[in-house]
Amino acid sequence: MIKKNKGKVKDIDNKMGYLFIAPWLIGFIVFTLVPFVASFFLSLSQYDIVSSPVWIGLDNYKNILFNDPRFIKSLAVTFKFVLISVPARLAFALFIAMLLTQKRKGIGFYRTVLYIPSIIGGSVAVAVMWRQLFGREGALNDILMSLGLMEEPFSWIASPNTALGTLIILAVWQFGSPMLIFLAGLKQIPKTLYEAAAIDGANSFRRFFHISIPALTPVIFFNFIMQTINGFMTFTQSYIITDGGPFDSTLLYALYLFQQAFSYFSMGYGSALAWILLIIIAILTSLVFKSSSYWVFYESKED
Amino acid sequence: MFHLLLGALAFTMLYPILWLLASSFKNNAEIFGNASSLIPDQWEFTNYIEGWKGFGGISFGRFFANTFFIVITSTIAQVLSSSVVAFGFSRIKFVGRKIFFACMILTLMLPNQVLIIPQYILFSKLGWLNTYAPLILPSFFGVPFFIFMIIQFIYGIPKSLDESAKIDGCGKIQIFGRIIFPLLKPALITSAIFSFYWKWQEFLAPLLYLQNAKKYPVSLALKMFADPNSVSNWGAMFAMSVLSLVPPFALFIIFQRYLVDGISTTGIK
Repeated sequence: MIKKNKGKVKDIDNKMGYLFIAPWLIGFIVFTLVPFVASFFLSLSQYDIVSSPVWIGLDNYKNILFNDPRFIKSLAVTFKFVLISVPARLAFALFIAMLLTQKRKGIGFYRTVLYIPSIIGGSVAVAVMWRQLFGREGALNDILMSLGLMEEPFSWIASPNTALGTLIILAVWQFGSPMLIFLAGLKQIPKTLYEAAAIDGANSFRRFFHISIPALTPVIFFNFIMQTINGFMTFTQSYIITDGGPFDSTLLYALYLFQQAFSYFSMGYGSALAWILLIIIAILTSLVFKSSSYWVFYESKED
Repeated sequence: MFHLLLGALAFTMLYPILWLLASSFKNNAEIFGNASSLIPDQWEFTNYIEGWKGFGGISFGRFFANTFFIVITSTIAQVLSSSVVAFGFSRIKFVGRKIFFACMILTLMLPNQVLIIPQYILFSKLGWLNTYAPLILPSFFGVPFFIFMIIQFIYGIPKSLDESAKIDGCGKIQIFGRIIFPLLKPALITSAIFSFYWKWQEFLAPLLYLQNAKKYPVSLALKMFADPNSVSNWGAMFAMSVLSLVPPFALFIIFQRYLVDGISTTGIK
């Protein structure tokens, strides 16, 4: 994106450049770089914020990996959450985007309406609402019972088998942003490709899998990375709706980290948890990047 | 057929929100007795009056004022600082530009969790706990995401504009202030809208840094108000939930063109 510097940089430009990026540079050092380094050293110590940090080497990591069943549990819950919610959300987003590319009356209206859940989805009000919808006296039970699909009210958020499911449904419900990105991607595909395929006798099913999907792979790739990183950092919803319960069945990693750091004030232990998260995300992201040469098609590469 | 499918889909998607709205007009008995209905049998407007009274003697008026203060200050700060930095990265050649740009992009991928604990320690050592400083101050240092977005936009502005201004004797500061900045309007509006949304919904930072309920923003107040152990007036709680969604919703209606275009070209969240 930034073009190569050619020739000598003028002295005045150097000064002006640093003057303009100074806000970011200062903020980067104070709020990102220093905390980043500090976090690593904290992860090697025991620190409760009141007394001074005690150096304990790799003990936090050893305890997390070998003596902490809640770490294992939260990791399992988070993987389950990400592995189900991200593909489901993307598939749903793509499906709706395909519907919305058709030139019909009222498309703008549908696009707006379908985007609304994503606009307000992260707010506390929605989390509170969700808790109520899926509770024992909630609307879902009411609907299922009036349809005769259920006989007794059941609290979806209080059962270990269904609580995580409600959080996943909430995540899928907010499909608007990837949907818009898919929409933009679909608009870029030349119409002539579809016309040519139609002449060759390809039905819409084949056109979808042989034209739309391959052309969309860069967008799918982008959405996949962003949504996965977001998925690992989900906090507010699980904190408000279930607070990790019942029996830690919705203990997302970010929530567990929050509990260690700010409920038990184990700042060192929390930092070690954060570094493990960083490593997991880094490994996953690089795996997706590596795999991308097999399934992501860029136009320039095709010829 | 097409409209039937999309219409049903749209209704299902909107149902939870409509349900929340309907519940805010129901009395407690009806909220549980008539849970799925979208039209209250008896319209209860007192929920809004009761809810507005808030808790602990602090009204929701106070919480809304707090939120607007935090959101508006940080949105202005984020957009202005980000545009200054974006200009520096995209229009001035200086030593180390590439490295710093790469650093900035990398921070986009960095999970927030790694920074929260040291930042908390930093702010508490500075004596900023229970003040708005941790919520607002970092906004003055630019937001990598917005910087990146504005840079992309600046690339679309012809360089000849800069050059002719230079011939007229403008320095970099004038080129930015008089030429580029006014042209950035669409990018600034998109950034401002997203900044508003993220700040309005922000929950973790106020939860960590604010202790005094008088300083709470709406998000935190609503969480306290809706505490499963203490809530008794459900209608009032739903009424305040609805009110908390009004500002972002209004903004969406006014600016949806910018927003939908902005998100599809940049792809956020």
